Amino acid sequence: MKKLGVFICHCGVNIAGSVDVKSVAEKMGKVEDVVHSTDYIYMCSDPGQQLIREAIQEKGLDGVVVACCSPTMHENTFRKAVKSQGMNPYRCEIANIREQCSWVHQREKEKATQKAEEIISATLEKVRRNEQLEAISVAINRRVLVVGGGIAGITAALDIADGGYDVVLIEREAALGGHMAQLSKTFPELDPALSSLLVRTMEVERHPKIHLYCYSELEESKGYVGNFDLVIKKKATYVDWEKCNGCGLCIEHCPVEYVSTFERGLGMRKAIDKLYPQGVPNRPVIQKGHCLYFVDGSCKKCEEVCPEKAIRFRQEDEQITEKVGAIVVATGYELYPREQLGEYGYGEIPDVIDGLTFERMLSSDGPTKGKIRRPSDGKVPKEMVFIQCVASRDPDRYMPYCSRVCCMVTAKQAKIYKEQIPDGQPYIFYMDIRSDCKGYEEFLQKAIEEKGLLYLRGRVSRVFQDDGKVRILGVDTLTGRMVEVAADMVVLATAMIPSEGVKDLAAKLRATVDRHGFLTEAHIKLYPVESSTKGIYLAGCGQGPKDISDTVSQASATASKIQALLSTDTLLQDPLIAYVDELICSGCGICVEVCPYEAREMDPRKGISIVHSALCQGCGACIAACPNNACELRNTRAGQMLRMVDTVI
Amino acid sequence: MKLGTLAEAEKMDSSFLEEAKKRSGEDLNLCYQCLKCTAGCPTAPYMDIRPNNIIRMIQMGMKEEVLGSSAIWLCVSCETCGTRCPNKIDIGVLMDALREMAMEEGIAAKEKNIHLFHEAFIQSVRRGGRAHEVTMLMDYILRSRDLMTGSLFPGVRLFLKGKFPLLPSFIKGRGEIKRIFERCKK
Repeated sequence: MKKLGVFICHCGVNIAGSVDVKSVAEKMGKVEDVVHSTDYIYMCSDPGQQLIREAIQEKGLDGVVVACCSPTMHENTFRKAVKSQGMNPYRCEIANIREQCSWVHQREKEKATQKAEEIISATLEKVRRNEQLEAISVAINRRVLVVGGGIAGITAALDIADGGYDVVLIEREAALGGHMAQLSKTFPELDPALSSLLVRTMEVERHPKIHLYCYSELEESKGYVGNFDLVIKKKATYVDWEKCNGCGLCIEHCPVEYVSTFERGLGMRKAIDKLYPQGVPNRPVIQKGHCLYFVDGSCKKCEEVCPEKAIRFRQEDEQITEKVGAIVVATGYELYPREQLGEYGYGEIPDVIDGLTFERMLSSDGPTKGKIRRPSDGKVPKEMVFIQCVASRDPDRYMPYCSRVCCMVTAKQAKIYKEQIPDGQPYIFYMDIRSDCKGYEEFLQKAIEEKGLLYLRGRVSRVFQDDGKVRILGVDTLTGRMVEVAADMVVLATAMIPSEGVKDLAAKLRATVDRHGFLTEAHIKLYPVESSTKGIYLAGCGQGPKDISDTVSQASATASKIQALLSTDTLLQDPLIAYVDELICSGCGICVEVCPYEAREMDPRKGISIVHSALCQGCGACIAACPNNACELRNTRAGQMLRMVDTVI
Repeated sequence: MKLGTLAEAEKMDSSFLEEAKKRSGEDLNLCYQCLKCTAGCPTAPYMDIRPNNIIRMIQMGMKEEVLGSSAIWLCVSCETCGTRCPNKIDIGVLMDALREMAMEEGIAAKEKNIHLFHEAFIQSVRRGGRAHEVTMLMDYILRSRDLMTGSLFPGVRLFLKGKFPLLPSFIKGRGEIKRIFERCKK
């Protein structure tokens, strides 16, 4: 016969307020195999745990039930406590008499007390048949994959690589940099964005521990924390990047020009071109859809002029396999699609542009060489309107959240505008001004003081074209007056949304996204850079809108979490997972289909199904699906559950 | 920029903001509408436009409304606003500047007889170096021929409490006061 111990927690008055803990403890003490039953005001406190430790020592308990709060709170605490006395931790179970009993029956004490007894009795029944289990140890591959080569991915990759671990960095564009490469200057110090970025991209290129794959995407990911098997698709660039020296002769001679998305429609690019001239790696890519060779075979100019003979029209996509232990998702953002912003005249009126387009205009390496000119006729805009919260904070039609960077971006852009065109007047329509980081409020106030920016509190109601001007109707809610501005140019601070393809990527990684497509963290406060899937980490705007400072901080936080993971020898995993009775399994394979974690597989030799212990999360889907009852969950077997139910009814 | 509904839109007058800034010496762009000034202003409940809105309307170039308001005349320059403003905007000084501008523009004060009250006050100071309420009120009543404003009733109560000395007390440096007034005239 077993020797069991029952420990009942008062949780202050949380439990003791509606459950008569003394009488429950007394009653439980009378159960045949319970040799120790007691109560205490806070069982999770050190003296409370000491009660458990002492009882195990003195009475030689081989099973413990702690009746207290939810197991998500303190199961670990008590399992550690019993383990310290040499007891198998999986012989300690929690009977939840707080959330599931005292809190929901605060006005019916007798019933609550009776229910608490039943819950404890059922849990005792489970413990009687609990196996002694050992945690599963898994080996770790000490390489890391970073998806996304913007400032988040670059920072995470550099930090991890500096820690001595190999990093595989993949970027779907032809060069590193992400959106930061498109920016003119950064707030609040007005440093040129590109030069700070290039320092970091060049570090990546030179770093011996970083393996950089640009123009590449993650095709497939299998495995689990510590052991991911990846397939990376290296898209065909039609240029041998090893041979190419980046001289740019091919670009000069290419006869095809088309509208550049990097320049946000303000400039042109060639059919063979680099993403931007200073890009790392400094290599061109042929765009198949535009290149005349691919369209009708009529042109081979680039091949003719290339001094290194690096053009490869026959190049094909390449598949690379990699093994890593952890993955950082740093996929970044894009702006809300302009086609859906009809109310602001976007797309219809050429002089209504978005913030990133204006950034290209302000960039000294951009299509206008940093000069502010109207896209329609190249005129210098004298009346300039900035509209904030476009598609942000609008739960009915667009995005409910605040995009966080637009207030400061707009203030910065208006300041630069006023510096360049001192006799121009910037008007800024806003709802609130959020300037909540170091130096931001000061930057904003200084810009208002020195540059005379006119902030108008209110959303605009209409934007329309009239006589070569863009008319904006709105309200200044501070005076309660209708306002009409005849502007030369309008800049919209549009919402940040997750970049395209994040949902597919998340599905491949079995990570979760919220309803807007931002990757979700395991816990917003306690585990903000871990995704809910073990081994998948988050950095940058893929997790939510944030500015460069926050992105870099988060990427470094992610890197340090990963270094902590990689510096352990083996990973320990809970053994409360599925197992198969080989004698009963008929090999139908239903479990393989239902498993959401790809933990079930057919063993072709034996013709039955097996469980990958490191992948299984113990969700129980296969157990419910198995037509023969051949699958069971360790320590939650059908027999145990039925006996528990029997005890209660 | 235009203000008002489309039909009644007027042209924005950015020169008004510049002039108000220059005359008062206050940086009116800095106001972020925290309303600290209005919250503490003892006369704000009687104003047609609250102090914070005066600044906003100046920013918006609403010259006629601001200079024609009663608010600029009701301000008693107690300086609570200026002392409390987080952006160091001294609204008392601004109100002085606005009153000057209104007088120069020939805009009639919205508050009846407010000029006469100010004149009576100045006269009282000129006479004794400090205001003497009883003679000042008598002066005002004589000037305005207005006995019905209700100013008498609180006056009587204050008098009964001993707050109103019947005879004026003059300060020592009355010659200097005289010189100040002469200088101001130049």
